[in-house]
This record gives sequence, C-alpha cells and structure tokens, in this order.
Amino acid sequence: MASKTEAVEAKEAYAKLTGRKVLFILVGLGGVVALVLVATSLGSADLGVSSVASAIAARIFPFLDLEVSTKVDVIVWGIRLPRVVLGVVAGAGLAVSGAAMQGIMRNPLVSPFTLGISSAAAFGASIAIVLGMGMVGSEKYLIITNAFVFALLAAFLVYGLARIRGMRPETLILAGIALMYFFSAATSLLQYIATKEELQTVIHWLFGSLTGASWENILIVVIISFSCLPFLIKYSWDVNTMVAGDDVATSLGVNPRRVRTVYMALATLITAGIICFTGIIGFVCLVAPHITRMIIGADHRFLLPSSCIMGGLLLLGADTLGRTAFQPAIIPVGIVISVIGVPFFLFLILRTRKEYFQ
Amino acid sequence: MRLEIKDIQFNYGSVPVLEDISLGIKGGEVLSLVGPNGSGKTTLLKCINRILKPKRGTILVEGKDVTRVGLKELARSLGYVPQSALSSFPLTVYDTVLLGRKPHVNWKLGERDKGIAFGVLRLMELDDMALRLVSELSGGEKQKVLMARALAQEPQVLLLDEPTSNLDLRHQLEVLHLIVDMVKERGLSAVMAMHDLNLALRFSSKIAMVKGGKIYAAGEPRAVLNSGNIREVYGVETTISSDSGRPYIIPLTSTGKTSRTKVVSKRMIREDLTLYV
Repeated sequence: MASKTEAVEAKEAYAKLTGRKVLFILVGLGGVVALVLVATSLGSADLGVSSVASAIAARIFPFLDLEVSTKVDVIVWGIRLPRVVLGVVAGAGLAVSGAAMQGIMRNPLVSPFTLGISSAAAFGASIAIVLGMGMVGSEKYLIITNAFVFALLAAFLVYGLARIRGMRPETLILAGIALMYFFSAATSLLQYIATKEELQTVIHWLFGSLTGASWENILIVVIISFSCLPFLIKYSWDVNTMVAGDDVATSLGVNPRRVRTVYMALATLITAGIICFTGIIGFVCLVAPHITRMIIGADHRFLLPSSCIMGGLLLLGADTLGRTAFQPAIIPVGIVISVIGVPFFLFLILRTRKEYFQ
Repeated sequence: MRLEIKDIQFNYGSVPVLEDISLGIKGGEVLSLVGPNGSGKTTLLKCINRILKPKRGTILVEGKDVTRVGLKELARSLGYVPQSALSSFPLTVYDTVLLGRKPHVNWKLGERDKGIAFGVLRLMELDDMALRLVSELSGGEKQKVLMARALAQEPQVLLLDEPTSNLDLRHQLEVLHLIVDMVKERGLSAVMAMHDLNLALRFSSKIAMVKGGKIYAAGEPRAVLNSGNIREVYGVETTISSDSGRPYIIPLTSTGKTSRTKVVSKRMIREDLTLYV
C-alpha cells in the first residue's frame, strides 16, 4: 500500500504544479487588465483609474447607463485605448511567435527576427518611403502592405532554401541569418540614397512604435493572431517532442517537418501582421518566452498562452513608460523595451539556475 | 516473428551503409547489435523506426510493413531510446515521460495516460524526482528517463541506441537488468546497439555482429562472440576467460591489419536525413 500512497502523492504534486501554471495565466490576465486601466489613465490629461474604468465599461456594457463626460470618453476611446490595446495585442502576438519559433528550432536564441523577417519588412517599408514604390494599396497603406509582403517573402525564401535540406533547424537559422544581412544591406543602401526627410521616416519606422495605433489596425492584428493561435496551441504538445530532437519526435509518431512548416508559417504571419503597423519591435519576442519559461517551464501547452500574457504586459509596460517618463517627449517603445528589457533580462539570467541553459 | 528485417539496404548518397541485412526477433528476446564505430548499428535502428528510409528491403513489425502504417500507429509498437537526452529547454521528468503517451492521445491526456506514466516512473524508481527538470539529473538518471518515456509508449519492441554508453558501472547493470526484466515480464522484444561486448554477452539472447554494413555473424551470444569473429570484425586479439563462471572477453592487442570498414561519418548521414512520412 505504501507505493499506492506515494503514487497519490506524486499525482497530487503534479496537479499542484499544473495548478500553479493555470494560476499564473489567470493572475497574468488580471495583471493585463489592471495595467490597461493604469496605462490608459496616465498621460497629459490626468484621469483617475476609476473614471477610465467607467468610461471603458460605459461602452462595453451600455445597459449599465454609466455617466461619462464626452471629454473622458474621447480621450479614453479615441486616443489612449487604441494605443494601449495595440500594445497588449502586439506584445502578445510577438511573444507567442517567438516562443513558437524557439520551440521548433530547439534554440532559445531564435526569434522571428533571426529569420530575416524583420529586416525584410524594414526593406519593404524603406522602398515605400524612399522610392515610393509598393506592391499594392494607396499611398497611405503603401508602407504597411510593403512591409507585410516583404516579411512573408523572406519567410518563403527561408522556407525554400531550408526545404532543399529537409527543413532542419540549422539550415533554417543559417538561411534566415543570411537573408537578414542581405535585407539590412539593401535597407542601408536605400538610406544612403534617401533625402533627409525620407531618412528620418525610415529610421523612425525602424525604431518601432505604437504611435500609429487605430482600432482598424487592432482589428487586423487581432483577426490574424486569433486565427493563428488555435493552430499553434493544437500542435504545442508535438513541439514538446521536437525539443528533444527530430528523431525522437518521429519515434513518438510526430512528423517534425510538418509541424515546423506549419509553425513557421503561422509565426511569420502573426509577426508580419504586427510589425507592418508598428515597425521593428524586436526584443519582446526573444525575451518574453524566456521569462515565461523561467517561471512556468517549457511545456509548450502552457508556454504559448503564458508567453502571450507576458508579451502583452512587457510591451504595454514599456510603451507606457516611454510615453509618460519624459513628458512631453515620447520615446518609441522599440527603444524603451530594449533599454529597460536588456538589464532586466541579464538580471534574470544571472539569477537562474545554471541547469536552465544546458 | 515480432520483428522481421529483410534484405535492408541503406545508402548515403551512393555509398552503401547497410547491405543485405536480414534479422528476425521474437517476443521475449533481446538482440544486441555489436560492431565497430560506423559499422551501421545506429543506422539500422533508425531504419527500423522509420527515422531513415532504406533504399531496399522490408521491415515488418508484427507482420505489418513499417512503411505502410502511419507514424503514430508505428509509435504504438516501437519505442525508441536515443543515446542521449538532447534538450535546450527545461521540461520536468514527468512531462518528458508523459510524451511517451503521445502516440496514444490526440489532444487531451486521460487519467489512464497519467496513470501509466506514473506507473513507469514508479517501476524505474524515478517517482521521487518526477517534478525535477531533466537537465538537472545525472547521466544515469537521464538515461532512465529516456527509457521510461519509451516504456510509456507501451511498445512491443524497444529499440535502444547504446543504452549504457554514458553510464557508470552500477547504472550500466541497473539499466540492462531493467531491459531484460521488461522483456521477460511483458513479453517485449528489444534490439540494442552495444559497444561493451561483455555486457552484450551477458544480457542478450541473440547477437548480430555488424561489419561494414553487413551482418558478419548472428546467433547465440557465446557462439557468435568468439575470438575468431572478434579478430575479423574489430581487428583485436582477445582471449576468453571463464574464471568467474561465465565467459569474459579480455582484449589483448589490436592486430596490425585492421580489416578496414567503410566508415561513413554519422554527420554525413545526418545531412542526408530524409524523413519519409
């Protein structure tokens, strides 16, 4: 009977561990809501958290008949909330793409940006800014569509190159890094021939910011991310087998090439859908999955949703800081997240058990 | 026959790595593949498991051609234990073992699956480290976790790639005893690539000596592992002592004329690794 009680104990311990992961997700969601309220209340016109909350509630639950002044409603819904919500959504999307890419490549240093996706998007945007040329769309959307199309193009190139050698992570990463250098060089060339104004626009795009946020952008990002996420989650357990190597995955009945292809396509789509609106916000997709893994471990079934939350918190936190710390100046979030994120990340690395990195 | 291998040929490019390999193994048997580095032992294991695609020949598990069944179905009858646990991400022992239930589960793990995983952990005396990270364990413990994962698949055939290569004396014996016990108790079959001839001699019911991608000799362990065969396959002079009651192979000197085998580097094979699914 002793072994039986031990088994019960082990089961309980595991259930507890799983419970902790679920709790992390719930607390994280609560944190996101709280941060959204605080972030929306901060800015040049001082609004209290409670008036922000009632302004938001008034539109979501019209039957409550809450009283909100038009001024507050305009500031909250027209100005601040789009930026705040885009921060959360973009952070979540970039983080989950990063977690997905790191998983299928078995490499904690990979992100969609290592695969040349960001530099291709930057090149596409630069073409639109400097040469005024684009694939589709009117002038207003030229930068966005160009960035999106070029990001996908880079992924196709990487995929095509890697396919020849059987979709192995090493080939994918090398092909991606090669493309990254190529597109960076091409972007530099465009910067070299650009006029002063064009150059400024390009550089501002490269910083990455949430300035252009609108409900329209958010809708597109949400549609893309939310249609990709279920498929990422569906294969998340398969990715756990791939982390131990393609041979092991195959021996457990998983087709690693197929999962890798699907994941790459989805992660690229999410990333491209975000950075075409925001510019290059790089660090969050590398670091959010790492921080999440340090807290809840590498089981991708939990890691993917948790990374979303962590990414949303990080990006919104960084943007809020960049927006409020040096008022009236606004620091682009791409800069803030690296400046604040890197020391924080290094601190975490130094604190973590060394086994984590073996 | 539980597992039947017929006329397998595997090429790396135009270089044959395995030629005319035919072997059979019944339930309750442990077959050891021995032979020098690069002789094709691991390649053969990977062909059986459909990780590599042979150029010619058929492999039957319980009478079914492995190329005709889905990967998932195959994973329910074949459990593969790789040489080492490769992982760059922290996963707990229990979550790792639970992956062995992958071929049986579509999405939601049932109580039965969790029970099986705990059962295997208890059997291997790993239950007190169930919630630790695999990366924190010692080499011997890691090897046991990999075996536990394969056992959680509830396979009929276990494929083990040098299960003792990274282990100390005590763990070598522990792991091999465990394999033999499982094979006997559950009527499994095991195919393992082995380097230590004495351990192979002691724990196998059958031995196949592989040389240059071909079976040099196969059959009853004591008959196959004799000084003549070892000289031909390894180029090493040995004497076989039986002082301790069981035969023990003592290597003496390597003969000058090492019968050179085609050594195709494992890396090159990996480059060509074509999964066919």
